[in-house]
Amino acid sequence: MKYIVNKHPAAIRWFHWINFPLLAVMIWSGLLIYWAYDPYAIKLFGHTFFKFFPEWFYQKYHIKRRLAEGMAFHFVFMWLFAVNGLLYVLYTAISGEWRYLLPKKSSWHEAWLVLLHDLHLRKTAPPQNKYNAAQRIAYTAVIVMGAGSLITGLAIYKPAQLYWLVWLCGGYKTARLIHFTLTILYCLFFVIHIVQVILAGWQNFISMVRGFEVADASTAKIIAKRDNDDGNA
Amino acid sequence: METHENTEPQQPKEVEPFDARKANRRTFISSLTLLAGGAFAYWGWDKLYHAPKETAADATAGARAPLRKVLDFNGELAERAVSPQNLSKTYPKAMAAKKPRVNGDIGIKGKQVEDWALTVYKNASESFKITLDEIKKLPKTEFAFEFKCVEGWSQISHWGGVKFSDFVKHYNLTEQAAMAYVGLNTPDKKYYVGIDMPSALHPQTLLCYEVSGHPLPPEHGAPLRLIIPTKYGIKNLKRIGNMFFSNERPPDYWAELGYDYFSGL
Repeated sequence: MKYIVNKHPAAIRWFHWINFPLLAVMIWSGLLIYWAYDPYAIKLFGHTFFKFFPEWFYQKYHIKRRLAEGMAFHFVFMWLFAVNGLLYVLYTAISGEWRYLLPKKSSWHEAWLVLLHDLHLRKTAPPQNKYNAAQRIAYTAVIVMGAGSLITGLAIYKPAQLYWLVWLCGGYKTARLIHFTLTILYCLFFVIHIVQVILAGWQNFISMVRGFEVADASTAKIIAKRDNDDGNA
Repeated sequence: METHENTEPQQPKEVEPFDARKANRRTFISSLTLLAGGAFAYWGWDKLYHAPKETAADATAGARAPLRKVLDFNGELAERAVSPQNLSKTYPKAMAAKKPRVNGDIGIKGKQVEDWALTVYKNASESFKITLDEIKKLPKTEFAFEFKCVEGWSQISHWGGVKFSDFVKHYNLTEQAAMAYVGLNTPDKKYYVGIDMPSALHPQTLLCYEVSGHPLPPEHGAPLRLIIPTKYGIKNLKRIGNMFFSNERPPDYWAELGYDYFSGL
């Protein structure tokens, strides 16, 4: 006998799919802004390994001389991006979904085992609920990053009025560097996220659309039991 | 395989028996919603991206009309937050750049006029001229702050001059300063800015005649320029020729090219 295992509440699916295009617009418009002053590079011992960004990149994606346009989009979509993110955090806090998302004490060690398993260096993965330990860490980290983007973004946006935020970020220049670095990390997150979703397969992907997975009796029972455990913990 | 029926009553809402009709319905509705939402988002983005440029009115131009509405809203919101208490951080003079960066020469390409004087328009019919010597007689304020360019770079530099608020008091322009904006432009009128009055009256807004402890060189806007730390560099007009007051937004060079009118920090 098969079971329907409800995984993602509708609210989380909405937040997720709304965030995707909003973040894309924020990153694109951020690039238009960054081009106007693009000093960042990965340097080690005087050697430049990568410049953000090479000329061909700007050319290919038509990034150049669009600062005003970039600022306009950035300072409009920032509202939508921030509100969607804040509502998500509020929802997970109130609904109790945070229990599945926040890392537990054991998550740090387990995430390592998950990594070894994903790299085919270990046969079994640690038991998990909706999300495994690595996912708990990743999905919480990306929210912390989002908060970081809002804070550093506000600091760059109104450094005179929000001088205490600038101080918190370690200065105006540092705030801009952190803001940029977080954006690069989103892109890395996105790449790993997509690879993992492909590897996890269709069931996992479609559950982010329809909310549930179809499981056989043994899997469903394990999930049911673990959910009880979590409730008792 | 053991029976599962007896565990069912305790099962949480996360797990329910498979019902093909229910599962198919949920899959269908949610997939359709995602596709419709995606199509709607694409349509909305396409419409916004190709939205007509704003009609040149209210001193701005060049931005997509819907975006400009939000930018102006952001500006109004921020204007209310401008407080004389919120000062730009100042630094010891020693930390200031010896040679502050020069960026742009719009409005100052021509030779500086020998008999320069600042023309202040009290209203449409009444104006008076002030020489640099007269301005230098007013109390001097100097500080180093992190000058911020709209391009993204910033640099600590040291400036000296007369507080705009002191200037207003001394020349008895309180009536004019009750208006919403002050407009400034270069003698050739090729560069012009509008500043909201709360920002103009901010204690760090200077009619500036010194940089790094020396009289302004031509490239920094000799003989008199605006230094307004609560705004991006684009509002720090060089070589001020004329000053006027208005309740309407004065024309603004960069706001006509798609930039935010307020451009406040």
